[in-house]
Amino acid sequence: MVQVLGAGGLDEIVRALRAQGRTVVGPVVRDGVITHDVIDSAADLPRGWTEEQDAGRYQLAPTGTDEIFAFSSPSTSWKRYLYPERTLLIRARRRRDVVEIHEPEPEAPPMAFLGVRSCDLAALDVLDRVFLDPDATDPTYAARRGDVFIVAVACSFPGNTCFCSSMDTGPTPRSGFDLAIRELHDGASHDLLVEAGSTRGAALLAEVESRAASDTDVARAGDSHDRAVAGMGRRLRSDDIQRAALDPDHPRWDDVAQRCLACANCTMVCPTCFCSATEDSTDLTGTESERWRVWDSCFTLDFTHLHGGSVRSSTRSRYRQWLLHKLVTWHDQFDASGCVGCGRCITWCPVGIDLTEEVAALARSDESVPREGAAP
Amino acid sequence: MSRDEKPSLAVWKFASCDGCQLTLLDCEDELLAVAERLELAYFLEASSAVVAGPYDVSLVEGSITTPDDVERIQEVRRQSRFLVTIGACATAGGIQALRNFGDVQELMRIVYATPSFLSTLETSTPISDHVPVDFELRGCPIDRHQLLEVISAYLAGRAPVIASHSVCIECKQKTNVCVLVAHGTACLGPVTHAGCGALCPTFHRGCYGCFGPAETANTGSMATALAAQGMGDQEMDRLFHTFNAWSEPFRSAPVPVDPPKRRGR
Repeated sequence: MVQVLGAGGLDEIVRALRAQGRTVVGPVVRDGVITHDVIDSAADLPRGWTEEQDAGRYQLAPTGTDEIFAFSSPSTSWKRYLYPERTLLIRARRRRDVVEIHEPEPEAPPMAFLGVRSCDLAALDVLDRVFLDPDATDPTYAARRGDVFIVAVACSFPGNTCFCSSMDTGPTPRSGFDLAIRELHDGASHDLLVEAGSTRGAALLAEVESRAASDTDVARAGDSHDRAVAGMGRRLRSDDIQRAALDPDHPRWDDVAQRCLACANCTMVCPTCFCSATEDSTDLTGTESERWRVWDSCFTLDFTHLHGGSVRSSTRSRYRQWLLHKLVTWHDQFDASGCVGCGRCITWCPVGIDLTEEVAALARSDESVPREGAAP
Repeated sequence: MSRDEKPSLAVWKFASCDGCQLTLLDCEDELLAVAERLELAYFLEASSAVVAGPYDVSLVEGSITTPDDVERIQEVRRQSRFLVTIGACATAGGIQALRNFGDVQELMRIVYATPSFLSTLETSTPISDHVPVDFELRGCPIDRHQLLEVISAYLAGRAPVIASHSVCIECKQKTNVCVLVAHGTACLGPVTHAGCGALCPTFHRGCYGCFGPAETANTGSMATALAAQGMGDQEMDRLFHTFNAWSEPFRSAPVPVDPPKRRGR
C-alpha cells in the first residue's frame, strides 16, 4: 500500500523515530558535499541541493527547487555507523602481577537511517553476509545493526558515476527497508510517496498524516523510475567482468597501475569494503594496553606484510586484487557481488580511475583500443 | 624500578630548527611519565646537566650539512644502542636540502658577507645516508603522539605502530571531505606518508607533504592530476620540493605519467 505524505509528513517521521529513542542519521550538506550525519529534523536534510559527480570530481549545486532528495550517492556510506573506523576490542591493565582484561560490551545505539539509496541497501545486505555469518558473527556489527530502522529513498537523479541498474541493485528499493520514499516533483506538485516494507514500518506510517496514493501517483512513480534507469551515468557489463578476470597479463593492468596512487580512497568510500587491521598499544607506564580494530585497505603494503615483506608489493597486483575480489571472487566467498554500483570509488579517486572503464578495457583483447571517454 | 635501571635517553641536534626535539618537551602531560621510565641523560634543550654515554636510545634531529656533522654522527651512532631519527631534516635532509639542487658556493656568496668563514658541505643529507638508523619518524615537525608511541613501543619491547600509507586513509577515518576532489584544492595527501592525523585537510587546506613520500608514492600520476586541475610547472615544483625535497620520489617529481588527461579532469 502506497501512501502520500502530508506537508509535514517527513518531519513527523523523523519525530516519531526520535520518540522511539533512535538517533536518526541522514544526508546533510557539510563542507561542500552531501554526506551523512545525525539529524534532528527534516530541516537538516539537503533540501534544494544536488551535486555533479564525475571521475575524480564532485561539485555541489543548487537545484533551484525545494526537492529534498535530488542527489545521488552521498560522499560517505552507511558502513561507518555499523562498522566504525576504530573499535576498542580489549583493554588490559596490570596490577602488580595480575593482568585484568576488560572486553567492552559492543555498543548498541538505537539508530534510524533515513535516505538509504537502493545501492546502499544492497551494500547493507553485503555487509550482513560478511559480518552476520552464523559461523563468524561480528559482535560490534551485530550489536549496531540490531534493529536499525531503515527509511529508503528511491533514486530519481542518478549521478554520472552511478551504475546500480547494471548491478541489479537499483535505482528503486525492492526490499530491506521499513519505509521507502519516492519524491515526485513536477513544478506544480511536490509529493512524497511512502511504502511500508515491514510491520513496524506500517505502524509508524499509520502515525503520520497521509492519504492513499492514487493510480496517477503510482504511474508517476513508475515514470520516475524509468527516467532514473535511463539517466544512469555509467554501465558495467557482467560478461565484461568475466572476461576481465581471464587475462592476468593484459597490458591494461600495467596501464591502470601507472595511474593508481594506491592511496586507498576507493576502499575507504566503498560501502562494502570491510577489511580491518588490529593495532596493539601500550602506555608509557607499562601498566595499560589496548587493542583496537581499525579500517584497513588492500592498497597498503602492510595489508599483506608477512615475514620478509609484502606479498603484493606492486600497485598492479594490489589494484588487480581489489578489482577482482570486488567483482569476481566475492561471489565465491559471499554469494553476492562486492560491488553495488554506487560509483563512490569513481568519484572519490583523486585521479579519476573508473572501474567500469577499466573492466571494459580489460575485457577487450585488443590493447590498442583507446580509453573510453578520455579527454581529447 | 630504581633510577639506575632506567634506560638512558639522549637527544642530538644537527642542522635543524629544534622544532622536533621541542616536541618532546611539548609532551607536557606525558613528560613526567617519560622521565619516570627513561633517564634523560643528554638533552641540552632541556638541561645542561649531561650524563656520559653510551645511551640506550638516541633521538637524532637535523641533517648532515658540515664536515663536522659527518664526524659527529659517527660518534653518536657509536654511543647509541637504538637510534631514532626524528623529523624531515634527519630523515630526508630537510628544507635545507634545497641546496642540493643548486650551487652551494653561489648561495654562500649571495647570503653571507664573508663566506670564507664557512665550512659547509655541498649537500644536506639524511642521517641514514651516513649511519645505520633503527627507526625513522617523519614530519616537519614530528607528531608528538607518534613520538610517544615510539618511546612506549621501545619500553614495551614491541614494534611501533606507525603506518606508512597515505594521508588519505587518515582523512577518511576522520570523515574529512576530500579537498582535492570536492574543492579542487591542490593536496599531496595521496602521495604523502600518514602520521599527522590529516591535520591540514581537516582544516580544509591541501596537504603539502611535510611527512614526505608515502610507501609506493606515485608522484607521476599525482602530478598529472594536479596539472589537469590547472597547476603550472613552477607551482608544482614548489609543492613537491619543500621539507622533504631530497626524498625520492619527491626529489625527481614532477614527472607526469602518460600525458592524456583522465576523464572528467
